[in-house]
Amino acid sequence: MAGPAWETRRGRQGVTDGPNNAALIEIEHLTKRFGHLIAVDDVSFSVARGEVLGFLGPNGAGKSTTMRMLAGFMPPTSGTARICGHDVGTDGIAARRMLGFLPEGAPTYPDMTVESFLRFVAKVRGYRRAELDERMDKAVALTHLDLVLAQPIETLSKGFKRRVGLAQALLHDPPVLVLDEPTDGLDPNQKREVRALISDMRRHKAIVISTHILEEVDAVCTRAIIIAAGRVVADETPTELQARHPSGKLEDVFHQLTLDQFAREQQKEAA
Amino acid sequence: MRTTFIVARRELGGYFATPVASVFIVIFLVLQGALTFNLGNFFGRGLADLNPFFSFIPWVFLLLVPAITMRLWAEERRLGTIELLLSLPITQGQAVVGKFLAAWAFCAIALVLTFPFVITVNILGNPDNGVIASGYVGALLIAGAFLSVGCALSATTKNQVIAFVLALAVCFLFAMASYSVVTDFLSQNIPTLAAIARRLAVIDRFQDFTRGVVSARDLVFFASFIGFWLFLNTVIVERTKAG
Repeated sequence: MAGPAWETRRGRQGVTDGPNNAALIEIEHLTKRFGHLIAVDDVSFSVARGEVLGFLGPNGAGKSTTMRMLAGFMPPTSGTARICGHDVGTDGIAARRMLGFLPEGAPTYPDMTVESFLRFVAKVRGYRRAELDERMDKAVALTHLDLVLAQPIETLSKGFKRRVGLAQALLHDPPVLVLDEPTDGLDPNQKREVRALISDMRRHKAIVISTHILEEVDAVCTRAIIIAAGRVVADETPTELQARHPSGKLEDVFHQLTLDQFAREQQKEAA
Repeated sequence: MRTTFIVARRELGGYFATPVASVFIVIFLVLQGALTFNLGNFFGRGLADLNPFFSFIPWVFLLLVPAITMRLWAEERRLGTIELLLSLPITQGQAVVGKFLAAWAFCAIALVLTFPFVITVNILGNPDNGVIASGYVGALLIAGAFLSVGCALSATTKNQVIAFVLALAVCFLFAMASYSVVTDFLSQNIPTLAAIARRLAVIDRFQDFTRGVVSARDLVFFASFIGFWLFLNTVIVERTKAG
């Protein structure tokens, strides 16, 4: 059998390095209703190691709701989500250990200093003493927070706050990263830095980012999903997506796809 | 267990990071002192005990405990940090108990700072320190009971003022259930409720402690009271997550 040969190869690469095409994020028929409103409607996709999935869509399309369900925060009405094979509903703790999550708006505790906040997250993640310091140093270096460590988070600028949120998500070097608008509120230089950071980490992780900035898709994403009115209307590489419109501009494709869906919803409503 | 304590330590640190802690402790001590010495006629009674002190403490807690608990969940919801907290590898139960323990530890600190009362009676007379100790246990338990109500109600809203008023109102009901005004009214109009009210009367239970009686029944009462509200707290958090 081919099993042992594969095992040895895998062994040499290290235990955490699974087969490269394994899906670390699997979402199946995820649906979320709020009363009559269907916020997320039968969404299915998977993300493998090495992929950066751009999650696009107009405001209120269901991006954040999908990410919240994926992070195990919001229970879905139906369907399942798995992170590294762990169901976020039934095996939530194991799933969340594998996940770094930046919630919408990068919420952090305003009274805490950057250092005490990151220490808190590191402790909850189970790190102690030397290892905790090491994790902190790494995350702080990656997000360039060293100069503001002692400052209360509420005194920081929007860009720094976002980076604190990012540092918190990267702290445990998780195989899965789910980032809800990671570059929102950053200046162009900081945006570039965060994008470079995401590209650097890509090889070892499965990453989902949501964004309004279409150029970001070109810059960092290997794949893009466009979601409109809770449904996936496109799931392909940025190049394929661009080819959908004669102009070759993502903006036009986005406009066309999301408005089409909107019109269909309206028709359904009228019928 | 460990995670629960990490959550509790962060929360407790949160009280001291803001003026909340000092304002609360100062007001608590001033109120307790003023009520005990003036209304309670501490010196004029000519008795070396802390009965005046303990008879006011449930009412001071009633007023101040909702101020400690109001922010616990309401603020997490308003800031959106609840999403961050609950997407960390911790269970809802750990978060609920951790926050409650932080608030309880804070009340315990405030209680410890009333030690000058104990010293005063010991200098002036020869009090039964066993009774004083059991009174303190009772005070801690009644604080815990009110805190558990406040924690659960804080999770129902994003607004701290609403959380405060709700907690105050509900704690007031439980406190008043000990008084004949309420129980008489209930037994005349809704007799079944009167029996329940008498059983849930937290101040009656507390008074056993101030007489030096620490009974298993009272301990079980407070444990189940707190347990029930913390369970309710978990349910409410679960519901708010669902949107």
